[in-house]
Amino acid sequence: MNFLARTWLGEWLTGLGRIAVMSRDAVLSLLTWKVTWKDLLYQIYFIGIKSQSVVLVTGAFTGMVLTAQTYFQFHKVKMDTATLAVVGVSMCSELGPVLTALMVAGRVGAAIAAEIGTMRVTEQIDALRTLATHPVDYLVVPRLLASQIALPLLTVESIVLGISSGYVVGVHLLGIDPTYLLDNMLKYTGNIDLEIGLIKSFVYGGIIALVGCYKGMTCGMGAEGVGRATTEAVVYASISILITNFFLTLVLQRVALMLL
Amino acid sequence: MIEVRQLKKNFGTQNILDGVDLLIESGQSAVIIGRSGGGKSVLLKHLIGLLQPDSGDVLVDGEVITHMNERQLLRIREKFGMVFQGAALFDSMTVEENVAFLLERQRKYSPAEIQRRVAVALEVVDLPGTQKKKPAELSGGMRKRVGLARAIIYEPEILLYDEPTTGLDPIVSDSIDQLIVRVRDHLKVTSVVVTHDMRSARRVGHQVFMLHKKKIYASGPPQELFASSDPIVRQFIDGVADAKENVF
Ligand SMILES: Nc1ncnc2c1ncn2[C@@H]1O[C@H](COP(=O)(O)OP(=O)(O)OP(=O)(O)O)[C@@H](O)[C@H]1O
Ligand SMILES: [Mg+2]
Repeated sequence: MNFLARTWLGEWLTGLGRIAVMSRDAVLSLLTWKVTWKDLLYQIYFIGIKSQSVVLVTGAFTGMVLTAQTYFQFHKVKMDTATLAVVGVSMCSELGPVLTALMVAGRVGAAIAAEIGTMRVTEQIDALRTLATHPVDYLVVPRLLASQIALPLLTVESIVLGISSGYVVGVHLLGIDPTYLLDNMLKYTGNIDLEIGLIKSFVYGGIIALVGCYKGMTCGMGAEGVGRATTEAVVYASISILITNFFLTLVLQRVALMLL
Repeated sequence: MIEVRQLKKNFGTQNILDGVDLLIESGQSAVIIGRSGGGKSVLLKHLIGLLQPDSGDVLVDGEVITHMNERQLLRIREKFGMVFQGAALFDSMTVEENVAFLLERQRKYSPAEIQRRVAVALEVVDLPGTQKKKPAELSGGMRKRVGLARAIIYEPEILLYDEPTTGLDPIVSDSIDQLIVRVRDHLKVTSVVVTHDMRSARRVGHQVFMLHKKKIYASGPPQELFASSDPIVRQFIDGVADAKENVF
């Protein structure tokens, strides 16, 4: 046990345990609703509105490059009009949610960790506690909720933009027949793909906020501590998203098969 | 009433407190003096549950607060106000929002009433009209006084002051000392004041505790302690350093 505690594995497991405890605290606090609308709206504004540019650019260019690449390959086997079907399915269930989450993790996860980390280093979290306020109620819950509300919306936005810019590239640049293109896309892209994407982005919203908050709350002392917490928040959130994505895909596709 | 029994605290391998005992009756004020880096702030943070001891107990009004979890501690902390050594203001908020923080969250008063109380509290600490400023726009001493206003505005039963007058000019220091005495006597507040200022220790304390070598080395009413003939106490009170002639 002692040996385990001293290795990185022990550290990693402790971290996971602490995050789990913090998540439980956050959920319990949610049930008693101690969040003020002002805090929540501000966080939604910060996470949602301020991430517009990154999400739009990511969505549009991913859709475009995916369309182009798919067309180049499909053209060899005369399947030009199936191009947008591939783009639709992969944008909805994989690329939309994952790329949006990764971009938001870079922007928002880092900001959350830096803000809370600075508060910890300058004793503001201690001050909060002396003012009979639970840091989880005041800092974690609004960010968690806001992130889980904003991320699905941002994801839908990037999916819409990705598919429509793919359509523009396909029709106007590559000269694919628009009628068959659309018809094929609608045939192969179902509601279920979009639903999977939304469930995923809801989960990733939680991961980004929780990892950011956790890294901030446990950050080391001084400017170096805050710096490290910020990078680690982004790295761990991104890795967690990618790993979770694989398993979520397996599980959700199974569930979808059973339901249909 | 605050009671500390055999409190021990280590940070890593460094031992900071090694068996501290302390008893502060309700409505009384205690002054804690001791060398810089001696663990006074650490001791103060244990009284309000910001730090958990390695062994020993802290009792507030007869309740053991060590081993309480963060949520149970919230109820205890409602009795407390704390002034931090470094002010610890919320830097994303204005002075007004800082001072009104707890009142806003309690939702007991109307916004107009809160505004009035904030104005009064800022008046008391000699900072009228600074409501809309951000902490970054204030001087260190001003920030400290905002921290003081934030702690006294909700009239807690127990107030912990970590060096409330360090870094303030003599006139403001004097008014803060008077304020501590006034708050203590009018609101029957139990106060714990950490200070390096011997004049202020003499004036605000019913009891003075000297922290030395990780323990309470000496304690007693100020007149008694300041008249002590113990060499270590004398050296501290008179402020005489050991000569280090071999260096320069
Ligand atoms: N969070 C912490 N982690 C590690 N060590 C700490 C921590 N907080 C305090 N210490 C150590 O504990 C010792 C006592 O610190 P403390 O802040 O209580 O001193 P102090 O008596 O308040 O001094 P001063 O009068 O200068 O404020 C110091 O040696 C400090 O290095
Ligand atoms: Mg100190």
